[in-house]
Amino acid sequence: MTLKEIAFKNLMRRKGKAAFILAGLIIGVATVVAIVSFVDAMTNDINNKLEKYGANILIVPRTDQLTLTYGGLSLGGVSFEMHEIRQQDLTGIRSIKNARNIAAVGPMVLGGVEVMEERILIAGIDFNASGILKPWWKVSGILPGEHEILLGAEVARVLNLGIGKIVYVNNRMLKVSGILEPTGSQDDQLVFARLETVQALLNKQGFLSMVEVAALCTACPIGEMVRQISQVLPTAKVMAIQQVVKGRMETLAQFKKFSFGVSGVVILIGGLVVLVTMMGSIRERTAEIGIFRAIGFRKSHVMRIVFLEAVIVSGVAGIFGYFFGVGFAYLGLRFFSESMSPKILTDVQLAIGSIIGAILVGLLASAYPAFMASRLDPHEALRSL
Amino acid sequence: MSYITAEGLFKEYGNGGSVVTAISDINFKINTGEFVGIMGESGAGKSTLLSILGAMNVPTSGRYIVDDIDVYALPQEQQADFRREFLGFVFQSFHLVPYLTVLENVMLPLTTVKAGRKKKQDMAEDALYSVGLEGKIHRLPSQISGGEKERVAIARAIVNAPPVLLADEPTGNLDSKTTHEVMELLQQLSFDGITIIMVTHSAECAEYAQKILRLSDGRLVEP
Repeated sequence: MTLKEIAFKNLMRRKGKAAFILAGLIIGVATVVAIVSFVDAMTNDINNKLEKYGANILIVPRTDQLTLTYGGLSLGGVSFEMHEIRQQDLTGIRSIKNARNIAAVGPMVLGGVEVMEERILIAGIDFNASGILKPWWKVSGILPGEHEILLGAEVARVLNLGIGKIVYVNNRMLKVSGILEPTGSQDDQLVFARLETVQALLNKQGFLSMVEVAALCTACPIGEMVRQISQVLPTAKVMAIQQVVKGRMETLAQFKKFSFGVSGVVILIGGLVVLVTMMGSIRERTAEIGIFRAIGFRKSHVMRIVFLEAVIVSGVAGIFGYFFGVGFAYLGLRFFSESMSPKILTDVQLAIGSIIGAILVGLLASAYPAFMASRLDPHEALRSL
Repeated sequence: MSYITAEGLFKEYGNGGSVVTAISDINFKINTGEFVGIMGESGAGKSTLLSILGAMNVPTSGRYIVDDIDVYALPQEQQADFRREFLGFVFQSFHLVPYLTVLENVMLPLTTVKAGRKKKQDMAEDALYSVGLEGKIHRLPSQISGGEKERVAIARAIVNAPPVLLADEPTGNLDSKTTHEVMELLQQLSFDGITIIMVTHSAECAEYAQKILRLSDGRLVEP
């Protein structure tokens, strides 16, 4: 006979009370797990979307120009000085402290060219990086080689060009290797070619018009990365493109705070359920505790029995609560997620945390009943019968 | 030299103007292996005296000494250890734990004793054998008779071989045949060297005792 066996057998005998405590704690744990899983899944979803947006840091030449635009209508500008980005300076980006968060660096040179008597904007890019920077691109044909170009959907339509056609760009012969499917962005209006090709066409060897950077954004410090890149590229202006998700992240942060508040209240109620039920159980067991004390159980032994009961019930509640919580979060995401893409990941830390958390709540809520049980006077307890 | 000594035991309940004196100026000595009966009318202080002898009820004044240990001078937790090592209890209502089997009930006082499970089980089975209950060890208290419950209570009281056994009306709920069997069992334990102090109303049971302490209004009237 051990104290553990006594605790276990008592729980088995008072199944109703044990089930009540179990239910109270399961609801508490499941609520917390569901909220944490839900918020995590939504956060991951937003982060993933942010990555899928492609570039989230933009590097452009620093300029002292005051642009005169209103309502999308450009009225020209007053140019004081333009500091162009030198291609060789880009190596510094890979040496910043958060370099491991950089998924791709996409240098770009832009310039106007004449194609079939039309003035068109041509972009020289690194096609190796474009897979990460422009994941939405779908190309009919293939990506361009050294003497080839890729046409935006609108350009191909307006110029009536198809794959394999030969065009002259600034008197240089280039072959159309592929056509972009419509993207709905300004890419439809552009002609793309390899960076070196366009630099040669525009006579801008070694210079860049802008650089796009894709940072892996799951918990990456975009603001900090912007600061670090600005330090290695002092002549450039570095900007974070995160306004789109920032609002959602702020909303999520507010929801997180509210959810944790609700979780706290639910846990408190769960703890009170344990406290009240345990107190009732102790009152019912006055004689039994009296016997234990009479035959030589110390106060600490009686407390250990009560705590062991709490640990057994709350440990089981932690396990079930975790699985119920994950299940609720899964159902919740099906209702609340816009894209249906967020996934509930099995989180070992959360699983262990919920079990330990449940046990701690169980122990805390049982502390007073255990204390009261240990204080029972054996003489009084036996006389009460 | 006496094994148990009570010196000027005095117990009051309540405070202020509503003080009730349960026992007053109780003095006696009991030798090892003696079978002592405590008798008296209802309210005479028998149960109070037994609870004091059971190290469960602190006397208002006086000393209670067992094997040269001043019991109530011990800290509370050590009084629990004293109960475990020196005393066995047999209660009138048996007080068996209902969700534990006969064997587990008897093993209960060994729960906090440092010994292997096998050894504890052997000790419990020996105790049950000595009270003639070896065949019903896996039954629950609700599945055995009153006499058998009393035997289980006695087995539980003697399982850790305490030098003193305290019994509170051990036959109060039993028929005369079973009463006789239980009393013979207690007498045998006394012969085996256990000091037995038994509270009883019954003159028939008192005949088994070697010495009677008679209480009246909380005082010993017949040493």
